[in-house]
Amino acid sequence: MIAARHAREPVMPAARAPGLRIEGVSLAFSGRSVLDRLWLAIAAGRWHALLGRSGTGKSSLLRVLAGLQSLDGGRVEVDDGQPLQGRIALMAQEDGLLPWLSARDNVMLGARLRGQPRAASIERARSLLEQVGLAERSGALPATLSGGQRQRVALARTLFEDRPVVLMDEPFSRLDAITRHALQALAHRLLGQRTVVLVTHDPLEALRLADAVSVLDEGAVRHTLGVEGHAPRDIRSAALLAQVDTLWSALQGA
Amino acid sequence: MTAERTGTGTKASRPVSGRRLDAATRMLPALLVLLVAWQAVVSIGGVAPWILPAPWQVLQALFEHRHALAGHAVVTGAEIVAGLVLGVTLGVGSAVLLCVVHGARRWALPLMVISQAVPVFALAPVLTLWLGYGPGAKVAMATLIIYFPVVAASVDGLRHTDPAMLDLARTLGASRRAELWHLRLPAALPSIGSGIRVAASVAPIGAVVGEWTGSSAGLGHAMLQANARLQTDLMFAALACLCALAIALYAAVDRCLDRALYWQGDHLHLSSTPDPRATPATTDELPTR
Repeated sequence: MIAARHAREPVMPAARAPGLRIEGVSLAFSGRSVLDRLWLAIAAGRWHALLGRSGTGKSSLLRVLAGLQSLDGGRVEVDDGQPLQGRIALMAQEDGLLPWLSARDNVMLGARLRGQPRAASIERARSLLEQVGLAERSGALPATLSGGQRQRVALARTLFEDRPVVLMDEPFSRLDAITRHALQALAHRLLGQRTVVLVTHDPLEALRLADAVSVLDEGAVRHTLGVEGHAPRDIRSAALLAQVDTLWSALQGA
Repeated sequence: MTAERTGTGTKASRPVSGRRLDAATRMLPALLVLLVAWQAVVSIGGVAPWILPAPWQVLQALFEHRHALAGHAVVTGAEIVAGLVLGVTLGVGSAVLLCVVHGARRWALPLMVISQAVPVFALAPVLTLWLGYGPGAKVAMATLIIYFPVVAASVDGLRHTDPAMLDLARTLGASRRAELWHLRLPAALPSIGSGIRVAASVAPIGAVVGEWTGSSAGLGHAMLQANARLQTDLMFAALACLCALAIALYAAVDRCLDRALYWQGDHLHLSSTPDPRATPATTDELPTR
């Protein structure tokens, strides 16, 4: 594995990662409340997992943070006082790769959409693909890649943007267990010092990767848990399994 | 070949050129049976040649009048191609406007749908009156007849861009123009392509109906003239030319669309049978710490 050597080093963000404060955010779709005066603090440069069952507002909260959804109430504060717009990168459950572009061009999609010259970023795209272990497939179309490979291209595209805040919406949920495990570690390594908000419905994934886990239910935070030790953690450790128990009861009680 | 795939949106498998040849070869026996049956009906049934000429007679007429027929075919072919280009350009252009201009779809689309109730063939005499006996009226007919299918397919494609991709594009800082050009249009291409396939198969109808209404040249004109003079063999020869022209046009358009939609073919989907050569460096089992 030639690429793994390079993958050890996280890709450091150019800008310092800010912390976020979500203050009493409310959101409703045609009368149905999705987020209900939600408060949450997300520490700078850490991974924060949002855990909950389907339809508890996790993804909506992520869309709010991404600036894709206007609010009905409350606000999102950034601890450095700068606007969040232009400082976030999104990585979703669907890899969002454009089927007519090669892996490399998909990594550089942002540059293409902003009308930046291709030549300026081609070297950077190549090195990012190398870091996710896909240097040899840079010319391949997404349809010829496996699910895990596609999600790695999506990871490289996220890194290409070099945003200090990364929002992940169940990015590993469609992968098989082994692939998921490998990609979790890779993502954690490469996303380095960024502020990451990870939406997931898997308690184990949350505890393996995040420094804090919040359980959401009916559009509000029911429970927040700090996780000890350095991620990615060993999913077989006794401490982690004990916390899985705590999260399970929080999820079921929620 | 035409009947197999007309108007279907997503494409059937079309992996290698060998398959293409297979399809053509597979049609031959059926064609042969048809010709033999035709000949049998004429010889055994004793049908008069001015009702139904034998295939052999048609072939003779085809050879005899080859220069005249070729001239007519060029005229009709040019009308069809011009109508196709014009209709597709106007259709895709209108669809883009309908999707880009705020509120345009809500106001203009119902009108366009209702306008479809007007039988386009009934407009042929009017078009001839306005545009004369030249190719103008025929091109206009072909354009009119394909305009709506192209608009409908294109609007459908442009409206159904994957919302996750649009979200992503917004977080990547795409302008509306970049979003349209790099995302929505290419994503709509399969839909637009199926509209163009329909267009390619109906454009000849428009041109020929236009020629029937009033013309001085073209295969439709030749058919009408031959029919009036009871030269049924010549009429069939002209019809055969028209069929060949329409099939050739469809095949050419189909091929161009296949090229343009290189990323769509079924042969790309290797997920079920992964490429064995790609394994060592690119498996998902990265070493974890």
